[in-house]
Amino acid sequence: MSKRLRRLVPITGAALLLLAACGESVDPRENTDNAGDDGSDGSDGGSGDQVTLLMESWRNDDLAIWEDVILPAFHEQHPDIRVEFRPTAPDEYDAALDAKLSGGTAGDLITCRPFDVSLRLYDEGHLAPVTDLPGMDAFDDIARTAWSTDDGSETYCVPMASVIHGFLYNKAIFDELGIEPPETEEQFHEVLDTIAQNGEYAPLVMGTADQWEAATMGLQNIGPNYWKGETGRKALIEGSESFDDPQYVDAFAELASWSEYLPDGYESITYPDAQNMFTLGRGAIYPTGSWEIALFNEQADFEMGAFPPPPPEGQDTCYVSDHTDIGVGMNAATEHPEAARTFLEWTTSAEFAELYANELPGFFPMSDHDVEVQDPLAKEFLSWRDECESTIRNSYQILSRGEPNLENQLWDLSAQVLNGTIEPQQAAAEAQKGLERWYEPQQK
Amino acid sequence: MSRLRDSVPPDEVGTTTVATGADAVATPPAAPPRRRRFRTHLLVFIAPAAAIYTVFMVYPLLDSLRLSMFAPSDGGQVFVGFDNFVHLLTDDLLASAFWNAVWNNLVFFAVHFFVQNPIGLLLAALLAGPALKGRATYQALLFIPTTLSVVIVGFIWQLIISPIWGFVDTPLLGQSSTALVTLALMSVWQYIGIPMILFYAVLISIPDELTEAARVDGAGGWSTFWRVKFPLLLPTVGVVSVVTYVANMNAFDLIYTVKGALAGPDFASDIMGTFFFRTFFGFQLQEGSSTMGATVATMMFLLILAGVLLYFYGWQRRVESYQL
Repeated sequence: MSKRLRRLVPITGAALLLLAACGESVDPRENTDNAGDDGSDGSDGGSGDQVTLLMESWRNDDLAIWEDVILPAFHEQHPDIRVEFRPTAPDEYDAALDAKLSGGTAGDLITCRPFDVSLRLYDEGHLAPVTDLPGMDAFDDIARTAWSTDDGSETYCVPMASVIHGFLYNKAIFDELGIEPPETEEQFHEVLDTIAQNGEYAPLVMGTADQWEAATMGLQNIGPNYWKGETGRKALIEGSESFDDPQYVDAFAELASWSEYLPDGYESITYPDAQNMFTLGRGAIYPTGSWEIALFNEQADFEMGAFPPPPPEGQDTCYVSDHTDIGVGMNAATEHPEAARTFLEWTTSAEFAELYANELPGFFPMSDHDVEVQDPLAKEFLSWRDECESTIRNSYQILSRGEPNLENQLWDLSAQVLNGTIEPQQAAAEAQKGLERWYEPQQK
Repeated sequence: MSRLRDSVPPDEVGTTTVATGADAVATPPAAPPRRRRFRTHLLVFIAPAAAIYTVFMVYPLLDSLRLSMFAPSDGGQVFVGFDNFVHLLTDDLLASAFWNAVWNNLVFFAVHFFVQNPIGLLLAALLAGPALKGRATYQALLFIPTTLSVVIVGFIWQLIISPIWGFVDTPLLGQSSTALVTLALMSVWQYIGIPMILFYAVLISIPDELTEAARVDGAGGWSTFWRVKFPLLLPTVGVVSVVTYVANMNAFDLIYTVKGALAGPDFASDIMGTFFFRTFFGFQLQEGSSTMGATVATMMFLLILAGVLLYFYGWQRRVESYQL
């Protein structure tokens, strides 16, 4: 027995050493990190006074930009506050945040999803109101809608960024075929026909496999031109228009007309497939949103242009989906409410808007500060705010509170319209039926 | 086995056969009074497994059954009895989604049953055939997919049959008519090694005397296989089928990897796992419900239980096992 024990000694010893090594290697590293950062911040205040705020977010793609550019700018002005950006994977964010909030371990600053997800957090008392935060007057009502109570009386997140929908196109292909970006829907179809006749490139690059592109980059992209943006969106909520009205059927019908221009086998083309096809130069036009700009600038080796959804013939006003996407709020249970409010106030500033807009081209600040955007593509998208009427996706506010929820239904219906498995008329009727099932103002 | 059980005296039926068996070996027959002493070391051996199984399997299962009888109310939960089940089976939206998922799941299983079993059997028969060169290599190659991650399998097949990057022009994964069967066949491709190896193990354990005797009796290769070998394989066919059934009814990963939680197009590839996922965790703007999710999970459990019972009483008790 003792022999066996003796044999175990070196193993146990090694294991202990390993454990000890792990323990030791973690602690000093953290210390040096802090020391290094303190130095670079130029703060000469003792680190004892420093307050650390944790920021929850789903934008893990932006980690480097937050850590290297945005937060250092804040730390420089507020050496006594340290903000740490702690992102979670986008599709896990909501569930993880919920769990952390109810367990009392969530960060001090919360990145807010638009509309009901955040409204629920506010109603449950997890988000503190920011209505009276200095600087909030930089945001107009549309910008605040996504993070305000239904009656608009309380706002609980500072609007941070919106994304604008439109079309990207491959300038090289347009030059080769001698075509110009279309200004009306008729021209749009002519352009598509020209590309299709040439036969070398897919006229429109999109697939329906993931379903959301069909709704988000398809229907919600061109739809506002049909339902007149905010007018139609509000009319749906009030119940004065219904989803089977002609303008919605027409929007679905226009979407259905895309199917002959999509790449072969588009039914099984996924979102990454479409991204790759376009950036590899195999397609001419890519229905999209401005969030794609940063990635595409990196991947595409041809020049890109952008045009807003072309309005139907005879319509002078154009409408763009300028969708409120990201806000930032304060955990009601934070131990440092003052510091958190200081940070939130900073996010309403022109300085933050400028930094954010240029470091993350395609995510546009919603404050009314005059921001100089450098990226030409982002600039193009942003210019549509002046030329066209802005609106948001019609399924996001209130209309997705019941079963079936409109957003998920529109994914399915838009994908099916493109796949040709249901008629536009039928799709509109289905959406209306879904609303009537639970939404009182639509029950007539 | 049944003989062993019969030999136990009636008053001892309550004690486990394992205990009796162990006694018979460990204790000399000369000391009958010690026979009935409770063997504490048995508990010591059973305890770790029982504890882990209870904490990680039995308790979560029971708690999920409990949860299915509750509904959320003012931040807490109230007991509602079988209301969730009634709602699941009568609500027009939920019920149609549920039955669609059940049906798709059965189709998913049927493809496995009718494709995986025959091909697995064929491969096993070829491997067990006489004088096959490189048998071990074939075996390893055929078994490798089983060891791959589902994510890799899904990703590779998606590329292979992609109309843009692959060499199949038909969007197999994009059409309601083909998506589910395509996914099921991917899964068959991945797991074909399991039935193959199980069938193979039985085939090589069949003594040569039997096949030789059949040949002497004038049977050819074909009838030797069907009349002699196949009956010996039947119990394994049953085991493979029931294991496949349980795995298929719990399936989720491949479909989630390839088609996402919406299991499109138009829920054509939605099986109970993905339906459960959406119900429990919610999806995009749809809020999740842990209680309704638990109800769906309970229904899955009941369906699996029903299938397994059917196997035990309808198949395993009837099929004849031979001791070789």
